[in-house]
Amino acid sequence: MKAHRRKRLGVILFIAAGLSVAVGLTLYALSQNIDLFYTPTQVAQGEVNAGQRIRIGGMVREGSVQSATDSLAVRFVATDYANDVPIYHEGILPDLFREGQGIVVEGSLDNAGVFQASRVLAKHDENYMSPEVKAALDAAGTAPEGAATRPGT
Amino acid sequence: MIPELGSFSLILALCLSALLGSLPIAGAHYNNPVWISMARPLTAGVFVFLGLAISALAYAFITDDFSVSFVAQHSNTLLPMRYKFTAVWGGHEGSFLLWTFMLAGWMLSVGIFSKSMPEEFVARVLGVLGVLIFGYILFMLATSNPFGRIVPLPPADGADLNSALQDIGFILHPPTLYMGYVGFSVVFAFAIAALLSGRMDAAWARWSRPWANVAWAILTVGIALGSWWAYYELGWGGWWAWDPVENPPMITWLFGTALIHSLAVTEKRGMFKSWTVLLAILAFSGSLLGTFITRSGLLTSVHAFASDPSRGFFILGILGISIGGSLLLYALRAPLMKGSFGFEYTSREFFLLVNNVILVVSAASIFLGTLFPMVYQAVTDDLISIGPPYFNTIFVPLMMLLFVFVGIGPLSRWKQTSWTYLAAQLGKVLFASLLVGLIFPLIVLSKFSVAATITLILASWIVFAIGKDISNKVANKRSTLRGLNSLSLSYYGMVLAHIGIAVMLIGAALTSFFSEERSVLLAPGESVELGGYLFTLEGSARIEGPNYIGDEAELTVANDGELLTVLYPQRRLYVASGTPSTEMAIDAGFFRDLFVTLGEEKGAGAWSMTLYVKPFVRWIWLGAIFMAIGGTLTAGDKRYRRLRIKAAEKSGRGSKTQTAAELQPA
Repeated sequence: MKAHRRKRLGVILFIAAGLSVAVGLTLYALSQNIDLFYTPTQVAQGEVNAGQRIRIGGMVREGSVQSATDSLAVRFVATDYANDVPIYHEGILPDLFREGQGIVVEGSLDNAGVFQASRVLAKHDENYMSPEVKAALDAAGTAPEGAATRPGT
Repeated sequence: MIPELGSFSLILALCLSALLGSLPIAGAHYNNPVWISMARPLTAGVFVFLGLAISALAYAFITDDFSVSFVAQHSNTLLPMRYKFTAVWGGHEGSFLLWTFMLAGWMLSVGIFSKSMPEEFVARVLGVLGVLIFGYILFMLATSNPFGRIVPLPPADGADLNSALQDIGFILHPPTLYMGYVGFSVVFAFAIAALLSGRMDAAWARWSRPWANVAWAILTVGIALGSWWAYYELGWGGWWAWDPVENPPMITWLFGTALIHSLAVTEKRGMFKSWTVLLAILAFSGSLLGTFITRSGLLTSVHAFASDPSRGFFILGILGISIGGSLLLYALRAPLMKGSFGFEYTSREFFLLVNNVILVVSAASIFLGTLFPMVYQAVTDDLISIGPPYFNTIFVPLMMLLFVFVGIGPLSRWKQTSWTYLAAQLGKVLFASLLVGLIFPLIVLSKFSVAATITLILASWIVFAIGKDISNKVANKRSTLRGLNSLSLSYYGMVLAHIGIAVMLIGAALTSFFSEERSVLLAPGESVELGGYLFTLEGSARIEGPNYIGDEAELTVANDGELLTVLYPQRRLYVASGTPSTEMAIDAGFFRDLFVTLGEEKGAGAWSMTLYVKPFVRWIWLGAIFMAIGGTLTAGDKRYRRLRIKAAEKSGRGSKTQTAAELQPA
C-alpha cells in the first residue's frame, strides 16, 4: 500500500514538474511574442516608439498607392480617416489589397516616421472588415455607415 | 418547394433527435428494453432526414435557385458544376449542415458496427450523440437555416463562391476535416456512456479504440489536406501558419493522439481509466472550440466566417453545456473508477504517460496562445496578436522531446523494463542515428546545419528503434517471413504511424531550414538563379476561364543548362465577385518543389513574382498519409473483429452464414 502511494505521489510530482516547466516556458514565450495593435491615430499621437514591433489596422487611402516600376517597393498610406501613417513595403501585396480596402500591417516605425511593413494582410472576403480595422475606425469615429463586421446579404 | 422540404426535413430530424437524446438513455437507466431498442431506428431516422436536407440544399445549388439566400451568396450561374455542388459547404450555414450530417453518418455507423456491445451501452452512446445532434440542429434552425429565402425579389444571379475556394482543396479539405473532428464526438459519447453506466473496463477500451483510431486517422488526413491546400493556394509557400483556426484541429489532434495511446494502456493493462475519459472529453472540446472560433468571428483569421453575435452565444451555450456537463459528470463519477499504479519508471506504461503529458502540455500551450488575444482584449481593451514565433518556441522543443520517447516506447515492455535491457537495445540505435544525422546532410545537401542534424538524428532514431523492435520480434521465429506474418495488424499500424512521424519530421525540418525564396521583377527574356535553378520569364498572355479572366506568365526552369520544366503561374480576376486571385505554378517533386507566385504587371510585360525552392516539402504530407494508414490499420486489427464474431455467437444470432459473412473483411 505504501509503495503504491509513493509511486502515485512520484507520478503526480512528475506531472506537476512537467507542467510548471511548460507554464514557465509558455509565459516566457508569450511575453516575447505579443504584437500590440495600434490605430493610425495612436501612431500619429506618438504612442509608438521607433523600432517597436506592432500591428496597425486601417484603410488604404484612396490615391495613395505608389509602386516602383523597377522593384517590388510599394508606398501607401494607412488611414482611419482621422490620421494617416505612411507605409513602406517591399514584396508582393496580397490579392485583396486595394485602395479603400481595410488592411492590417505588421512591422515597425523607422526614425523618419515611416512604417516599415514586413507583412501586409488583407482579408479574403471583400465585405468582411477585420476586427482590428473596425476597431481603428470606431476609435476615430469614422466607421462608414453599415460597415459592420458581417457582410451585407 | 424543394428548399421548404429541406427545412421540413431539418425540423423532423430535430424531433427525432429529441427522442433519441432522451428515450434510449432513460431506457438504459430504468432498464426498459423497448426504449433501449429505439436507439438504432431513431438514429437511422435522423440520418435519413439530415441526408434529405443536405440533398435539398445541393439541389438548390445545382439548379441555381437564387431565391435561397445561401445559394445566392455562394454560387453563380457561371460557376463550374463541381463547385456548385461543393459550394454547399462554402459558407457558414451549409458547412454547419455538412458538419451535422457527418455526425449523423458517424452515429449510423455506430448503430451498424456495434453488434458486439451490450444493447444498453449502445443506447447510451447513441443517446448522448442524440443530445449533441439535437443541439446542432436547434442551432441551425434558430440562427443559421441554410434554406432561408429572399422574398419577394430574388436576385437574377448569385454573388459567386469566394474565388479562393474554387479549388480541389476546397472539395477535399472541409469534408475530411469535419469527418475527423466529428469522429471524436463518438469517442466522447463512449466516454460519457461509460461514466453514466459506471462501466469502465478493458472491454470498454476495446470498443472505443477502433473509433478513436479511425477518427484520428481521418483528422490527420483532414489537417494535412488543409496544410497542402494552404501551401499552394495562399501563395506564401508556407504549410503551417499557426492561424487561430488551424490551431483547434491541432489541439484536437494532439489530445486525440494522447487519447489513442492512453486507450492502449487502458485496454492492455486496465490503467489510466479516468485519464482516458478525460482525454476523450478534451479532444471533443477541442473540436467544439474549433467550431466556436471559426463561426463566432472573435478571432481574425483567413478562415473566419462572417460573424453574428447570436451565433457566437449559441455555440458558446452548446460549448458550455456539453463541456461543463461532461466535466461535472466526470468529477462525480471518475473517483469511482479504481486505478492502479502497478508499473515501474522504465515500463511502457510510464513512457506512454510521458507521451501523454508532453502531448497535453503542447495542446494546452497552443490553446493558451490561441485564446490569449481574446482574453487580453477582454481585460485590457487592447488588441494584440500572438504570432508564429510563440508557437514555434513552445511546440518545437516539446516535439523534439516527444520524439526521443517515440523511439524508446515501442522497445520498452509493459510493467517493467530493466535499464540494462533498454541500454543494450538502444545503444546501436543511437549510434546509427548519430551517424546518419551527421553524415546525411553533408552528402545529400552538401551543407551543414545543427538544426537539420538534430532533426535527422531524431528521425532516424525513431525509424531505427522501430526496425530494432521488428527484428527482435522476428528473431525467435523460424523464418523472417513467418515472423513478419505473426505480427498483428495493430502492431503494423503503430510501425507505419511512427515512421510517418519520422518522414514528416524530415520534411518539416529540411523545408524550414533549406528553403530558398526570392521576390524579383522580371522582364520578358530575363532570368534569375535560385538554389541552382535558372528561372527565365518567356512572356505572358491574357487568358479566359469559365468564370474568370486573367494573365498567365510562362517561365522556363533550367538546371545545369538543361530545360527542366515550364511553369505557368496565373493571376485571375473572378468576374462575378470582382475578386482577384493568384494561382501558383508548382513543379512538385519527391525531393524538392519549385514554386512561382505571380505578383503584378509593372509595365512593358515585366512581372513581379516570388520564386521558391522547397526541398522535401512533400514529405510532410507523405508522413501524414503514413500516419493515417497506420491509424486505420490498427482499427482493423483481428482482435476487434474476433470480438464481434464471439458476441454474435453468444447472442444466438450467430448462424453459420452470418459468421462466415463477418469473417469476410469488409
